[in-house]
Amino acid sequence: MVLSKTSSESDVSLHSTFASRYVRTSLPRFKMPENSIPKEAAYQIINDELMLDGNPRLNLASFVTTWMEPECDKLVMAAINKNYVDMDEYPVTTELQNRCVNMIAHLFNAPLGESETAVGVGTVGSSEAIMLAGLAFKRKWQNKRKAEGKPCDNPNIVTGANVQVCWEKFARYFEVELKEVKLRDGYYVMDPVKAVEMVDENTICVAAILGSTLNGEFEDVKLLNDLLVQKNEETGWDTPIHVDAASGGFIAPFLYPELEWDFRLPLVKSINVSGHKYGLVYAGIGWVIWRSKQDLPEELIFHINYLGADQPTFTLNFSKGSSQIIAQYYQLIRLGYEGYKNIMENCQENAMVLKEGLLKTGRFNIVSKDNGVPLVAFSLKDNSRHNEFAVSDMLRRFGWIVPAYTMPPDAQHVTVLRVVIREDFSRTLAERLVVDIEKVLHELDTLPAKIDAMMSVSAGEDKGPNGGVVKKTALETQREITTVWRKFVMERKKTNGVC
Amino acid sequence: MVVTKTIPDSGEQLNCTFASRYVRTSLPKFRMPEQPIPKDAAYQIIHDELMLDGNPRLNLASFVTTWMEPECDKLIMASINKNYVDMDEYPVTTELQNRCVNMIAHLFNAPIGETETAVGVGTVGSSEAIVLAGLAFKRKWQQKRKLEGKPYDKPNIVTGANVQVCWEKFARYFEVELKEVKLTEGYYVMDPVKAVEMVDENTICVAAILGSTLNGEFEDVKLLNELLTQKNKETGWNTPIHVDAASGGFIAPFLYPDLEWDFRLPLVKSINVSGHKYGLVYAGIGWVVWRSKEDLPDELIFHINYLGSDQPTFTLNFSKGSSQIIAQYYQLIRLGFEGYKNVMENCMENAKVLKEGIMKMGRFDIISKDIGVPLVAFLLKDSSKYTVFEISENLRRFGWIVPAYTMPPNAQHIAVLRVVIREDFSRSLAERLISDIQKVLEEMDTHLDRSSTRVAHVTATVDETHDGDGGKIAVKKSVRESHDEIIKHWRRLVDGLKTNGVC
Repeated sequence: MVLSKTSSESDVSLHSTFASRYVRTSLPRFKMPENSIPKEAAYQIINDELMLDGNPRLNLASFVTTWMEPECDKLVMAAINKNYVDMDEYPVTTELQNRCVNMIAHLFNAPLGESETAVGVGTVGSSEAIMLAGLAFKRKWQNKRKAEGKPCDNPNIVTGANVQVCWEKFARYFEVELKEVKLRDGYYVMDPVKAVEMVDENTICVAAILGSTLNGEFEDVKLLNDLLVQKNEETGWDTPIHVDAASGGFIAPFLYPELEWDFRLPLVKSINVSGHKYGLVYAGIGWVIWRSKQDLPEELIFHINYLGADQPTFTLNFSKGSSQIIAQYYQLIRLGYEGYKNIMENCQENAMVLKEGLLKTGRFNIVSKDNGVPLVAFSLKDNSRHNEFAVSDMLRRFGWIVPAYTMPPDAQHVTVLRVVIREDFSRTLAERLVVDIEKVLHELDTLPAKIDAMMSVSAGEDKGPNGGVVKKTALETQREITTVWRKFVMERKKTNGVC
Repeated sequence: MVVTKTIPDSGEQLNCTFASRYVRTSLPKFRMPEQPIPKDAAYQIIHDELMLDGNPRLNLASFVTTWMEPECDKLIMASINKNYVDMDEYPVTTELQNRCVNMIAHLFNAPIGETETAVGVGTVGSSEAIVLAGLAFKRKWQQKRKLEGKPYDKPNIVTGANVQVCWEKFARYFEVELKEVKLTEGYYVMDPVKAVEMVDENTICVAAILGSTLNGEFEDVKLLNELLTQKNKETGWNTPIHVDAASGGFIAPFLYPDLEWDFRLPLVKSINVSGHKYGLVYAGIGWVVWRSKEDLPDELIFHINYLGSDQPTFTLNFSKGSSQIIAQYYQLIRLGFEGYKNVMENCMENAKVLKEGIMKMGRFDIISKDIGVPLVAFLLKDSSKYTVFEISENLRRFGWIVPAYTMPPNAQHIAVLRVVIREDFSRSLAERLISDIQKVLEEMDTHLDRSSTRVAHVTATVDETHDGDGGKIAVKKSVRESHDEIIKHWRRLVDGLKTNGVC
């Protein structure tokens, strides 16, 4: 353990933390401090600064779980010092991962025999999962092309423009072209017909999203499968499908078990899901499952032998914590099928409560569908005086974090607010949110229109000209500038910046 | 929250967990159970199974931190539900990451001005860090080659055969050839001379390791830099260096501040370090720092604007926990330069104690150096009667996890045991380990005298080339002995096949 030197003022640790010298000097930002400080002071200083972060449970922007039962917290803390990758030393933890992979594979109707083990792996999130899946497709396609003696240097993926940013990362880092099916007003997911049209001989896979980030909608994977099967018959290219079920993978099996989106469709070769979204685990766990061994090229797998059994590993990360894997297993056996179903039904219920409350105000259009991820995406019927960004800003004052963003091309003129309903967003919170939104609307109604005119002129996209010159106070000018800048910044903000 | 249905046996909740029906039925392994179970039962069941995992603190195979102060544990638990990537929602956490990057960049003598911000990022570990650094090199080299109108489809990296497996992953997944400088007996790190010879026009970088996984040695980055500078003058290729300081990055600045290995050497363009090794944080945090903006091609960076300022992000992972980043910041300000120095000095002291105790037994040769990562790697002077693999197995009975492994080519006939000294491996534990190793040796010596185990020894041919005494005597063995033999043989075979699976 650390042998700390006694500090020069010998009774420093007797002072209460807030009166100690360490809180009076400012924290180092660019260089490590020379000397140590007492652990209580370090704790207090950091804890105090972190109070100014948003409250995770009021962060309605995020799909990622923000609450788990205290029993699970105990397990999480107990495993915090276990490095997952030491499979030899922690065989039980490794086996828990394997069990989770199998359970999830069965949930997705992977075509496995009774005691056949599934092909899949736990990752740090859907980003890693998608990269692994994409790598597998890329390598398979390259092998196929090499066998045919054709060029393999221009691979591409076909997806909708509504893809989450991790697909763009995959494309950029792994040198695959991203061919995006553009959206249009009223249709905010990938159109299977257009997608299949865009498939060519260099397409390594078509990626469908179950639970679009923007409005929670499930893409029609079945239709995509049917159209692609046809095209494959004509072309002989054998183009497969990957389903990015980051959000939907833990919703559809419980709420819409008849919906065919998973391995029941023959062209679906791999699926990823975020354990830390509706898998109900804290941030840091995702899963990717392949249909069968054939869909994961052997050359990508590193084999580690332990305890006499082969443990194949295919991950980008190596050392990482074990807590989230154990937590996922906890949830799977604690809740079981019925428990997950209950939670998803609750979320849908609360989403309905919120949606109806918003509709009742008469000021909003609902952009999200009823079937899909439990979230409510809505836009103002009339955003000429104030727009969604202003509503979002004002809600922050009440403590709510509700993001506003514009749709990707070709629907950039549409702006929406989005509230994600997680397990810990109860009905009372939903009702309170509706009340607070009404308050915000009232307040915005009373604000002079000129400020919004300023905003609208500089944004240039969504409002008509309104260039009346009015004398403004210094405060109003300041507020204007801040609001304009905020809006400018928010509009430039990478839309799919949240998972 | 979950609205649980009442379970048909209404008295279920009143039974104590161990007598409840849930502990009598076996746990589902392949499919999700249909019904939920009470949370206490779920907790107990999982907790009980996990008791059979090894004890992380006795895991002497790992460099990764296994103990932090309770104050830090509190901070970790408080931020367990914060998704790091929500930079807009958690601006303070984001700033803590930026501060850590700056502190570490300064620790590595990055050539930045007083208030200039460093170029770097927090990752999930050195694997991600190395992939990012490698990507940057690959992209820069491709751009250079395109400008010169030359082919850019065959990039390669020059490293030593002692590289950790994440380099092999990078090579395989990002389609870069790995050109490895083979080791030789007695020289278990990359030879700078040979490395520079292997550099060609397709080399995107030369990767040196500060703190080799196998024996903790620091590679001579300064010599590499000099030789490579010379070669660059002759060829004009401008090949850069990356330093994989996964272990050494938080040791060298404190114990060997005069050792030039970092940005003080002009060809070093990026460095990675594992926060979760000697950065003294739990598993799940690494750092990569670039020399300057020019060394990180802008096209790889995704720009997220928040609070009016530009937050560039360049990571593979997106959503992840915030706890380890906060814990890293805690350590940096809690310990400061002086605190880290004290911890590293303690580790070196304890490593010396262990080394001396092992040498005193007269049965081992030490192959780790005194300068480097605080670990002790040792091999048996005489492995004809039993091998280091058997010692490793027997130590498990005492609770210690001490790995044994063979060196990579061309030294595969060398098998070593390795003990990593972490902060929480105290002097008393070191002394206890010595006495337990002693016990194991005595046990195996007496066991040998009673019956011949040379048959088992002959069959495992992976790690010894000299096996001249041909112990093929057939001796009547009890069923138990046969069992033991088979298990030992299998274990050794399996361990011999194991790659460098530890960080």
